[in-house]
Amino acid sequence: MATSTEARKPPLQLAAKLRRVLGGQAGWSGFVLQIVFVAALVWIGYEIVENARSNLATQKIASGFGFLSNTAGFAVSQALIPYSESDTYLQVFFVGLVNTLVVSLIGIFFATIIGFIVGLGRMSPNWLLARIAGGYVELIRNLPLLFQILFWYLAVLATLPQPRQSISLLDSFFLSNRGFGLPKPIGTEAFTAFAVAVIVAIIAALVLRVYARRQLFAKGRVIAVWPITLSLLVGLPLLTALVLGKPVTFEYPVLRGFNFSGGLRVLPEFVALTLALSTYTAAFIAEIVRAGVQSVHKGQTEAGASLGLSRGATLRLIVVPQAMRVILPPLTNQYLNLTKNSSLAVAIGYPDLVSVFAGTTMSQTGQAIEIIAITMAVYLVISLITSAIMSAYGWRISRSMGA
Amino acid sequence: MKRATLMFSLALAASLTAQGASAQTLKTVKDRGMLSCGVTQGLPGFSAPDDKGNWVGFDVDLCRGIAAAIFNDAAKVKYVPLSAKDRFTALQSGEIDVLSRNTTWTLSRDTSLGVNFAGINYYDGQGFLVRKALKVNSALELNSASICLQTGTTNEQNVADYFKGNNMKYEVIAFSTADETIKAYESGRCDVFTADISQLYAERLKLTVPADHAVLPEVISKEPLGPLVRHGDDQWLDVVRWTLFAMVNAEELGITQKNVDDQAKSDKPELKRIFGTDGNLGETLGLTKDWFARIIKATGNYGEVFDRNVGAGSKLGISRGLNQLWNKGGIQYAPPIR
Repeated sequence: MATSTEARKPPLQLAAKLRRVLGGQAGWSGFVLQIVFVAALVWIGYEIVENARSNLATQKIASGFGFLSNTAGFAVSQALIPYSESDTYLQVFFVGLVNTLVVSLIGIFFATIIGFIVGLGRMSPNWLLARIAGGYVELIRNLPLLFQILFWYLAVLATLPQPRQSISLLDSFFLSNRGFGLPKPIGTEAFTAFAVAVIVAIIAALVLRVYARRQLFAKGRVIAVWPITLSLLVGLPLLTALVLGKPVTFEYPVLRGFNFSGGLRVLPEFVALTLALSTYTAAFIAEIVRAGVQSVHKGQTEAGASLGLSRGATLRLIVVPQAMRVILPPLTNQYLNLTKNSSLAVAIGYPDLVSVFAGTTMSQTGQAIEIIAITMAVYLVISLITSAIMSAYGWRISRSMGA
Repeated sequence: MKRATLMFSLALAASLTAQGASAQTLKTVKDRGMLSCGVTQGLPGFSAPDDKGNWVGFDVDLCRGIAAAIFNDAAKVKYVPLSAKDRFTALQSGEIDVLSRNTTWTLSRDTSLGVNFAGINYYDGQGFLVRKALKVNSALELNSASICLQTGTTNEQNVADYFKGNNMKYEVIAFSTADETIKAYESGRCDVFTADISQLYAERLKLTVPADHAVLPEVISKEPLGPLVRHGDDQWLDVVRWTLFAMVNAEELGITQKNVDDQAKSDKPELKRIFGTDGNLGETLGLTKDWFARIIKATGNYGEVFDRNVGAGSKLGISRGLNQLWNKGGIQYAPPIR
């Protein structure tokens, strides 16, 4: 006779459940309390805004967001989107935003790479390598970031020559204290075909990889993908270029007057800021990586070895995925820190959001409340998006591990 | 972001609390026993700490004059060093009572920042500082130059107007403090350092070899500099304004720090009025009868203040120029005390 060991389900009690969700242990009175609390918060918020608005009006301080459509009338040294002095403050905002995003993304990229290398290096059995990595971490993470930014900026500037004595390579790359000048690619008529060829090659390579994995799992057949992928990625674009001619021509920087004109230029402010941010954050990431890897039990590595996996495969398939679960949350913090720290750019004249918008624009319009509120909202949104991406990645990892 | 949060709370505090306080700054200052004065973060000649750590300079002397008029003690001033971009917020929020920080009087600042300019204590203009080795003789030869300047100033827009107006290319690197700006200029990041001409002379002193750098002859803007107070407190505006006027009038009347005591005993009706032995002009300002003598005893007259800090008697050696009195070829002029 089969007897069920499962507990009998209690009858559905919608009202009780609702009461519990809304009011917690205190029941309905708790619910009322919460409503009162929220109402009080809303009221305080409303009072703050209203009070601010009326006080600004009596003090004759301009308020509102109308200033965004006024002409800015000042120049910005690095604008990756079209900008001139006759554009509006709104355009200045976007120029600053793009500059902040660019320096943050590139900083995050390099910080991650350096951080992983140093973190793994610190655990290396090689005595010298481990000590160097350890020294790096201790030195960099214990010095204030602002000093590091100023150090890189002034150190970089002091060593580089004037534009007229710039270090040149093949007469197309120029390094001076005005930045790094390099040829600017300009697409020709054949560029579209070239781009299509590259995209086709990438898609074909991806399809091939999926096919190879299927074959591996289904039939245990190992297909060497990389020779075909490589020939696809190089061959296809090369073929189009041969048939249709050069996809791009280059505009070279030329010294004219005080500065180089034409070509692309990487500003020394940008280089110094990226360098400082990525080396600084890398020191913290290195420690996070070390903690993550060391958190994986030694037995896991031994189990991998006993399955006959190579050292690399053990690391890649067993240790790192488990370490990532520990690494991800603090790594996200570091990414957020780097983005927020990029606002120190103002010290070395890199035109980031805080410099051109919460700095120049604010002092020209005097609308501190609006501008600082917008700037804080922007950093909040950037941080939330970063967190969301990292959470999604973490979710994927834990799903693939079946945890 | 910490800084941004600070600015935000300052600004918010400004909008929430300033109203009550702004109407009676003089009373607040008297109750506090201390004047809070916004100055630069260190501009030799205008406002900078000396080797003993005391603030000295042209703009500082105005603060000392105001303190002397109120407390009969020029030392009762708390100096708040401010960057160009933070200065207005500090005034709006009530952190300082008066901003004496070579600030240019413009229409937009007067109307949209909630501030009032009390007068003009220095007539200035914007110029360019370059290395002599560049062999540049005119600002019109600066096409394609890199320019270092301090953000949050009128200089930023003037330079844009000037280069655009003359169809020249340029690149601006804007720093948040004057020290960072001059350091970047010295390191060779820029060909040109631009600011108000008085500042160019002051900042040039910070360079390793000041004589290697020259100020170009062009003056590309009008920069009338003066003290500011919050909008909506006319009594306080009067106190600051007439402290400045007292100094200018003193020079015109030949009253100096040395002879002020003798002059106070004079029988001339005009001097009796000024020194308060006759009538109560000082009291109508909310001060005491001897307000004028207090100011001049503390700082000297306008000419003395100018000479001692930025003029012939100082390291800067700037000539009086426009800042000479109106009856001596300049445009410095004060309404009469009567």
